[in-house]
Amino acid sequence: MITMIAFYVFAAILVASAALVVSARNPVHSVLFLILAFFNAAGLFLLNGAEFLAMILVIVYVGAVAVLFLFVVMMLDVNFVELREGVQRYAPIGAMVGLVLFVELLMVIGGWRFAPAMPTLRAAPTQTNVQNTAALGDALYTHNVLLFQLAGLVLLVAMIGAIVLTLRDRSVSRRQVIARQIARSADLSLEMVPMALNAGTPATSFRRPLPEPVAHEASAAHHGAVHHGEEH
Amino acid sequence: MAVFFATPLGVLILMVLEALAILVPLLIGVAYATYAERKILAAIQLRKGPNVVGWFGLLQAFADAGKMLMKETIIPAGANRVLFLLAPMITFTLAMIAWAVIPVNDGWAVAKINVGVLYLFAISSLGVYGIIIAGWASNSKYAFLGALRSAAQMVSYEVSIGFVMVSVLLCVGSLNLNDIVLAQRHVWFCIPLLPMFVVFFISALAETNRSPFDLPEGESEIVAGFFVEYSAMAFALFFLGEYANMFLMSAMTSILFLGGWLAPFGIAPFTWLPGPIWFILKIMLCMFVFIWVRGTFPRYRYDQLMRLGWKVFLPLSLFWLVLTAGFLMATGWLPQGAA
Repeated sequence: MITMIAFYVFAAILVASAALVVSARNPVHSVLFLILAFFNAAGLFLLNGAEFLAMILVIVYVGAVAVLFLFVVMMLDVNFVELREGVQRYAPIGAMVGLVLFVELLMVIGGWRFAPAMPTLRAAPTQTNVQNTAALGDALYTHNVLLFQLAGLVLLVAMIGAIVLTLRDRSVSRRQVIARQIARSADLSLEMVPMALNAGTPATSFRRPLPEPVAHEASAAHHGAVHHGEEH
Repeated sequence: MAVFFATPLGVLILMVLEALAILVPLLIGVAYATYAERKILAAIQLRKGPNVVGWFGLLQAFADAGKMLMKETIIPAGANRVLFLLAPMITFTLAMIAWAVIPVNDGWAVAKINVGVLYLFAISSLGVYGIIIAGWASNSKYAFLGALRSAAQMVSYEVSIGFVMVSVLLCVGSLNLNDIVLAQRHVWFCIPLLPMFVVFFISALAETNRSPFDLPEGESEIVAGFFVEYSAMAFALFFLGEYANMFLMSAMTSILFLGGWLAPFGIAPFTWLPGPIWFILKIMLCMFVFIWVRGTFPRYRYDQLMRLGWKVFLPLSLFWLVLTAGFLMATGWLPQGAA
């Protein structure tokens, strides 16, 4: 009874928020409705006892993907009125795609409905005596590890591609090299100057450039002092 | 009585009571955490801290709450009203609902779910929404900058938190928080997984936007970050949410690494104290470190923050994960199909 009510609540909110994703005026509102849709899908997963999938849906899609999506949409200055002008023109194509998906879904569910023994014919049948988290892990990492790794490689290629496209070495940017900062010592940056009493200040020139951090520190410090005496 | 609590109405009442039993102490704890933070920071900086309202200033938190309630909630012109008011509610609610799965003692949790760790991870990764929505809905440049910083920061540090959790889970063989604590009967995970413990705690600081990673607020650069425009109760909800999140992260640290409700060493003088007291003590220890860190370290620069997350913590936690898995596999200690 409670499960039924929960199912209809989740399903109704899911469908309504999915419709609002497409029809909301403000793109940020669209993304927020998308997040609401994800949540309700997670709720439906939970009702079917797929708690692992539900949590992963929230962690991956809501917690990471949608955050970045929201991030981008908030920063973009897209003219959505202009985008919307094409709606009439592309509506038939969208309807076609939707119809194809719907028929495919019907076929999958129909197969299940009319041949209930089908799931047992798979190469790695679902185990019934373990939790679905363990069963998923078994299927992914034990029986299909090669496919899993290949999928990972495809993602890696996409990731490297994105980095290659955006990374360019700007020689003007000032980069912090922490190792060099730590390697600095007092004798590389400080110099003791002998000062006589009541003799005024010699040109100590505190603004001189630092000596090279490599090797011959002693000679560099020495030269530096002489060099700067002349400058003033 | 037992018969009544088995009826649907009884179950409902019991659920509400259980929720209250965890939320009321939590909120009182949050109130005193603000007091503790001011007192500890004062001690670090050789000041006195709040000492006027009540004995030793103990009623200061309630005076502040009263002040917040009296003030006017200002909604800036041009702000998105609905989202502007929704954002603090999201922050506060998320900080509260995560507590449903926290086990205070063996089997003492409101919801004993099998994927407790994932639930906590999911809820803590949602915390960013309150901030990002607040920043956007405020229609202010400072707030927006704070929100963007926060989004990038929290997504970055979640990655290493995830890997740290997986290394713990490898040693346990279950996603149930109760099992995680029970697996630490012989040795707390902070000893064999010490580097992961450190990574987790520092990432927890970043995840809760606490100093030295409080760039989303960054009052010296972007005024007060994402909550510049908030006043009165809306501001108070952010404030309470931040402290409740700190408590949550402390509780997670205690459960994953400090043995939850287990007494140290498990021998006589330590086992006299009941489990929940140990759990609270451990949470308080973590909270103290949170505040101590705030009193000690200056704020990170943004590129340093990103470097630490992606170039130090991510490789380290990934390496340690592989090391843990390899070690457990080689010694045959890998827990098999628990749960």
